Amino acid sequence: MSGPAATARTTGPASVFLAVLWRDIFVTGRELPIFLIQVILQPLFLLFVFGKVLSELGYTQPGYSQLLFPGVVSLTAILTALQSTALPLVIEFSFTKEIEDRLLAPMPTALVAVEKMVFAAIRAIIAALVMFPIGVIILGSVPWHPGAAPMFIVTLILGTLTGAAMGLVLGTAVPPNRINVMFTLVLTPLLFTGCVQYPWPSLDHLRWFQIVTLFNPMTYISEGMRGAMVPSVPHIRPEICLLALVAALGIFSSIGIRGFIRRAID
Amino acid sequence: MFGVVSDAAVEVREIVKRYPKATVNAVDGVSFTVASGEVFGLLGPNGAGKTTTIGILTTRVKLTSGTGLVAGVDVARNPVHARSQLAVVPQRNNLDRSLSIRQNLLFHAGYHGVPRHDRAARADELLKMFGLTERADDKVDFVSGGQAQRIMIARALMHTPKVLFLDEPTTGLDPAARLFVWDRVRDLREQGVTVVITTHSMEEATALADRVGIMDHGHLLALDTPQALTRSLPGSTTLDLVTSSSNGDGDGAAELEALGRLSGVEKVERVADSAPGTVRVRVYVTGEAPMMVAPVATTLAELGISLNDVRLGEPSLEDVFISLTGRALR
Repeated sequence: MSGPAATARTTGPASVFLAVLWRDIFVTGRELPIFLIQVILQPLFLLFVFGKVLSELGYTQPGYSQLLFPGVVSLTAILTALQSTALPLVIEFSFTKEIEDRLLAPMPTALVAVEKMVFAAIRAIIAALVMFPIGVIILGSVPWHPGAAPMFIVTLILGTLTGAAMGLVLGTAVPPNRINVMFTLVLTPLLFTGCVQYPWPSLDHLRWFQIVTLFNPMTYISEGMRGAMVPSVPHIRPEICLLALVAALGIFSSIGIRGFIRRAID
Repeated sequence: MFGVVSDAAVEVREIVKRYPKATVNAVDGVSFTVASGEVFGLLGPNGAGKTTTIGILTTRVKLTSGTGLVAGVDVARNPVHARSQLAVVPQRNNLDRSLSIRQNLLFHAGYHGVPRHDRAARADELLKMFGLTERADDKVDFVSGGQAQRIMIARALMHTPKVLFLDEPTTGLDPAARLFVWDRVRDLREQGVTVVITTHSMEEATALADRVGIMDHGHLLALDTPQALTRSLPGSTTLDLVTSSSNGDGDGAAELEALGRLSGVEKVERVADSAPGTVRVRVYVTGEAPMMVAPVATTLAELGISLNDVRLGEPSLEDVFISLTGRALR
């Protein structure tokens, strides 16, 4: 080794990782109410208008709100995760540069990117879970049964990580001055092609659109959660959902982490 | 990591950096060694390759070729371990705006695995040293440039790095803030911390650095102590004269010719900016400048030229830079 002082402090990457994760949790923790309002407002209105208002007015069939709810949870999960990586990365890399101190922490640069993903997933999981009490308040009840838990949890974790990886790609690949346009171009199609408002098999009559939705990872989160929470509604098989999510996570995280390293090291 | 390890704090061998799509190398075959405990200055104009060199040594810029060692650790092969040995204070404020001044220090220590019970004590000590104790719990949003610089240096020292890199630490600071930073760098030197500092200020390099490397266009042009660098100049010292001629020709030709014949004078040149009726002349001498005052005065008196002002000049690093590159630093 190079000297006694060099070995005096042995810091494993795991403890550095946790220290960096703790920074993000500490900062978000102080702003929890703002964070919750930010991520919950959109799904809340979606749930209210589509699940409550339209059904009260008789424009939707009875039971529609029960198949909408898993979709709204899915939407909350993926969009929160995506925005939790993309926006902070654009700001920290381009404007405040404040990520630099963490890039110089003694751990591999790729792990800093993974930390960003894990943290975004944690935020998104909290946001998704908060949708349950909100669902109960707005709809009176939400679809749930004890057997739903395993598939729901696995889908939630894979789905939020996938969303975070997609945000990592956006946040590192899109030039900062284009990020607003990019958000519109990406989020709007994502929002409406992800089987949030309709179950995938019901699109049989609209074949081309059914195929389009297969390219949106959100489809597999919505369908996975729907299958877990309201199994009586026709849905994509759980194992296909999980397989698709694992593939999407693999693709987006490898592109995103590579993009992150490219931004971090000249 | 194995075999003979030099006690050099920084060792750079033939490093080259070419950025993608660039037509020239930003750093082009630079080699130098910084001894442990030394304050080492890299001096050069903007774009000389100083910041890229620092970037390479602090693992933020990937080498195209060559080797860089910090505290004996290869920065390209083992960046993770290298990062625990070094700290860097960048040109731009990159403090964590979501945290207070104290929290910036504490979290940095956390990233570097400083034991929890040591962090608070070390933070208090550094906050005091940098005059930040009273503002320790303020957000960093509204601090001045000088304060940001102080906070960043304090933060960098939280994990007791072996080598501290300061990238243009006083650019844009007011004179008081600049002197404060200089004093702290001298303190660090006394504590045995190796400091690598980049600057485009001659004054700063002379004031702080034990040795100075002069960089331009990615090359290291010269490397030595500030004194040795200036001694290496032709005509190691100068006499600046202001004369006025009573016989009225006023073009200075007579002075130049007579002074040039004196022994011990290497070169005489007329300096442009002189007041009407006077001539400003710079005499480059090979020996001790004070010894030349009398012969110069006598020579001028014989010509009936009066000597209005004499100034002894030591050549500065600025002159070294001009002599090496043929142009002024900025």
